[in-house]
Amino acid sequence: MADTYTKRALSGVDVGRKRKGLLVTPDLCIACRACQSACKQWNRLPGEKTVNRGSYENPPDLTPSLFNQIHFIEKKKDVGIDWLFVRRSCMHCGEAGCMDICPAPGALFRTKEGAVMYDKKKCIGCKLCLAGCPFNVPRFDENDKIAKCTLCADRIANGLSTACAKTCPTGAIRFGSRDELIGQAKAGGFNVYGEKDLDGLGVMFALKQSPDVYGLSEPRYNGTIAFWDNLIRPLSVAGLGVAAAAALLHYITVGPREVEPDDKPGEGGE
Amino acid sequence: MTNHWIDIRNADVILIMGSNAAENHPISFKWVMKAKEKGATLISVDPRFTRTSSKADIYAPIRSGADIAFLNGMIKYIIDNRLYDEFYITNYTNAPFLVNRSFRMPGEMDGVFSGYDPKKRKYDRKAWAFQKDAGGVIKKDRSLKDPYCVFQLLKKHVSRYDIDTVAKITGTPKDKLMEVYRTYASTGGPDKSATIMYAMGWTQHTVGTQIIRAMAMIQLLLGNIGVAGGGVNALRGESNVQGSTDHCLLFHILPGYLKTPRASQRNLREYNEKWTPKTREPNSANWWGNYPKYIVSLLKAHYGDAATKDNDFGYDWLPKLDDGQNASWIMLFHEMYQGKFKGFFAWGQNPACSGTNAGKVRKALARLEWMVNVNLFDNETGSFWRGPGMRPEEIQTEVFQLPAAASVEKEGSITNSGRWAQWRYRAVDPPGQAMPDSEIINELFWRVKKLYEKEGGAYPDPVTRLSWDYGPKGPDGKVLKMDTHEIAREINGRFMADRVVKGRQFRRGDLVPSFAFLQDDGSTSSGNWLYCQSYNDKGNNMARRSRKDPSGIGLYPEWAWAWPVNRRIIYNRASVDEKGRPRNPKKPVIYWNGSRWVGDVPDGGWPPLANRAKTKLAFIMKPAGVAHIFGPGRADGPFPEHYEPLECPIQENPLHRTRVNPAVRLFFDVEGDSQRPKEGGGLPEDVFATCDSRFPYVATTYRLTEHWQTGVMTRHQPWQLEMQPQIFCEMSEELAREKGIRSGDKVIVSSARGKVWAKAIVTSRFKPFKIMNTTVHQVGLPWCFGWQYPEDGSGGDSSNLLTPTVGDANTMIPETKAFMVNVEKA
Repeated sequence: MADTYTKRALSGVDVGRKRKGLLVTPDLCIACRACQSACKQWNRLPGEKTVNRGSYENPPDLTPSLFNQIHFIEKKKDVGIDWLFVRRSCMHCGEAGCMDICPAPGALFRTKEGAVMYDKKKCIGCKLCLAGCPFNVPRFDENDKIAKCTLCADRIANGLSTACAKTCPTGAIRFGSRDELIGQAKAGGFNVYGEKDLDGLGVMFALKQSPDVYGLSEPRYNGTIAFWDNLIRPLSVAGLGVAAAAALLHYITVGPREVEPDDKPGEGGE
Repeated sequence: MTNHWIDIRNADVILIMGSNAAENHPISFKWVMKAKEKGATLISVDPRFTRTSSKADIYAPIRSGADIAFLNGMIKYIIDNRLYDEFYITNYTNAPFLVNRSFRMPGEMDGVFSGYDPKKRKYDRKAWAFQKDAGGVIKKDRSLKDPYCVFQLLKKHVSRYDIDTVAKITGTPKDKLMEVYRTYASTGGPDKSATIMYAMGWTQHTVGTQIIRAMAMIQLLLGNIGVAGGGVNALRGESNVQGSTDHCLLFHILPGYLKTPRASQRNLREYNEKWTPKTREPNSANWWGNYPKYIVSLLKAHYGDAATKDNDFGYDWLPKLDDGQNASWIMLFHEMYQGKFKGFFAWGQNPACSGTNAGKVRKALARLEWMVNVNLFDNETGSFWRGPGMRPEEIQTEVFQLPAAASVEKEGSITNSGRWAQWRYRAVDPPGQAMPDSEIINELFWRVKKLYEKEGGAYPDPVTRLSWDYGPKGPDGKVLKMDTHEIAREINGRFMADRVVKGRQFRRGDLVPSFAFLQDDGSTSSGNWLYCQSYNDKGNNMARRSRKDPSGIGLYPEWAWAWPVNRRIIYNRASVDEKGRPRNPKKPVIYWNGSRWVGDVPDGGWPPLANRAKTKLAFIMKPAGVAHIFGPGRADGPFPEHYEPLECPIQENPLHRTRVNPAVRLFFDVEGDSQRPKEGGGLPEDVFATCDSRFPYVATTYRLTEHWQTGVMTRHQPWQLEMQPQIFCEMSEELAREKGIRSGDKVIVSSARGKVWAKAIVTSRFKPFKIMNTTVHQVGLPWCFGWQYPEDGSGGDSSNLLTPTVGDANTMIPETKAFMVNVEKA
């Protein structure tokens, strides 16, 4: 494992074995959504006006005021049904596309616990991070500044667990050292989604079924981003100007590429 | 709960039926999931596939209102396959007791037990008496073969509940019934245990008490009471509803489940005579034989030195109910509707949304002269006069709003479902003018007392004689600040005179160590005998926070304090064999070490059964010392029998011609075998509709994880409201197709009494039922919304506008879990 941290995504920060993460076990989740509330409480995010769309799931998607959302999936089986509850949030990738693509120095950075954190003051609102994200996570506030899960960077820097993990009654969200969480999941007979992909995800899933049952696709790093990033970032430093570089990069990466729509929020009658 | 939350982890099988624990008691799932991790099987029985069902190993659908058929079928399965615990039922239950030979059951009497008077709609319970010998001791047949022994009668009673009949009534597929029965009954051996987690899905029926009886009987047959991972476990609907019941929230009891006196019990002697049970059973502890000690200690707590032997310790100052009077929820609002009340305190409640038939409740509020609404927020009750359909200019009710402190803004104890009284501290001061309830009561008491002292009045003594020593007093005698610790000490009790008890010298003012020290001569006080020991010379035991668990089964005896006397699993002496050895050595609750019990606090310290001379039977609160498989104390029969809800989808009870529980009080007259509403048979508000094509669908109501009760606290919380913003109606894809409804559409749900709009949730989690060979659809709605907030009305109104005026035969809890509606696209 240790050598994976030498790659660029985690460079500049001595994360190593101190890397923290979340282990999400949908089999233990009862969709009480205390995590959704606790997240809002800690991060001082407002409640939003919603309507019932024929589902328990609400809000229907991540928003700049909703950093973690429980996705409700109703799946018919040969006999009976499954009702699955899956967390959606920033995955705090080891190899983070958002960081690689971000043209604004210091806007996205990695904390020493391994969280992908952001500084709104340095964000230029170009939204390229969304293009670089394999999970369609970053959202943007009314000033077009990035808003997403921070892995409670302020809490974990002070030795606390994330707000969502602390409030979870069943242990469906566990916070801890990434290595230990992986060990626990395997000891429980689970497959770990996100153990190695993208240099290891900071938010991993302990699963007994295939990831696609839970709507989790295989995480893919967009190689184009890395390539252009390596080319353009030096240009911007060389005086092209951050905004111009961003525009160019946006054209190159977003322009020709359709962002894969995430699977739709659960319709009640799915 | 006979057991407690942590103990759920000890179960081998967990049945969640009549509750939706994952959604309404989410913390319980910490322990459910721990049990599952160790290999336990989780069963969810519910009309709809819920968040609880999503975690279950077995899910079985059931039509609302058919639980007794389901459970009696399980009893039949257990008996037919000899899966019961024979040692347990012969030693710890009344299975061997012989019932009078004249006793007859519904199978022989077209749906009623012997002793029924159809005019009064009441039973004469003498018809259910036991056979006794010349000495008054109940006759028994320990071989369980006598045709009149309880076991044989039960076998005969449930013989009608064969799998085909049960499936036709419940709509549960036969293979699912068999799977549930097989799995649950696998815990009949002493090495296995199963627990039941139930809540309002069982209680809120016209047969609610009997549903729980049926389950208790199953637990007794399988030997699952008194053991780790077993018990009959009511999940209480609020964090302190156990505490409020213990302290007599309900009309028929005083603190500690003492009885409210009736008018005919003219003095303390007659009262004690009536309520102190007697027994001739040689080995029965008959703990309620101590009744006089508890009532006298309560009166001493109420009236202090004013209560003397000469004045019957102030017995006359207690309010009395008329004989036969029922003052339960439905009756209160029925009488309020009839204009019999001047004023009403709505204290920490929201009846305009929570009450069954809420439309009638709202009209009833309009007939008051005044109402005091004590709450954190205004609500549909406080603002009823400006609600939908109201004409404020015609309403005379004067409403006073008193802002109350929230639970985290005051100090005190709360008692959880597992009977743990846990002390909590004030985290923040109440905002603005909000006050803790105790301060509001203090103000109220002081002013009422002053008025009585100044103006006299019909009967001032019950108020002016109250002792009220809850903190430092000003020069006028008024308590300046209520001290919660003083209240807790009064509840525990003190010596009121110097006394030597059990060889220990006590001085006046000393705290009583435990209820075994309480006296009936006025030398002790106790505001609630069950809580005597909670706050004694060892300090505030409710505030203990030790995480030691010497038992290894999660008893944590020094974490807070549990009633009675810190016993964590009640009836625990039923967990051992005749020599006091744990029948399940892997999860021992207690054991006899030759001279005393070790482990949990035992149900009394007497030696085990083998010591015939000195032993006492395990069920010490029952006069005969054993648990009741035959329950002769209930209003509606000693065994549970399936009756249909007042409103049901089928014309007749498939078992006989008695459709509805024959002992319930009807608020609307009925006619014919199918007991249809009689034209003009009552108030239009109380009308009902059964097997009526205008209201063809079964409906039930429930709560949501995201909201609290009627939602007064959570609807004001934007984080909760964004997750569940609006009332909805869940329905099957099949019904939606029939009605042209799509998920997210607005629909109108109506019953014989009212209607609400709701958003449709069309889901495969609801499936149509096959009942008596016809397709029956069921829908469900949450009851946590109300018109008053959100202020734009976007949340909708209470689903209790639909629910009926009828209650359980024993408790009068309203039947809100099974009624009939129509659904149309709006």
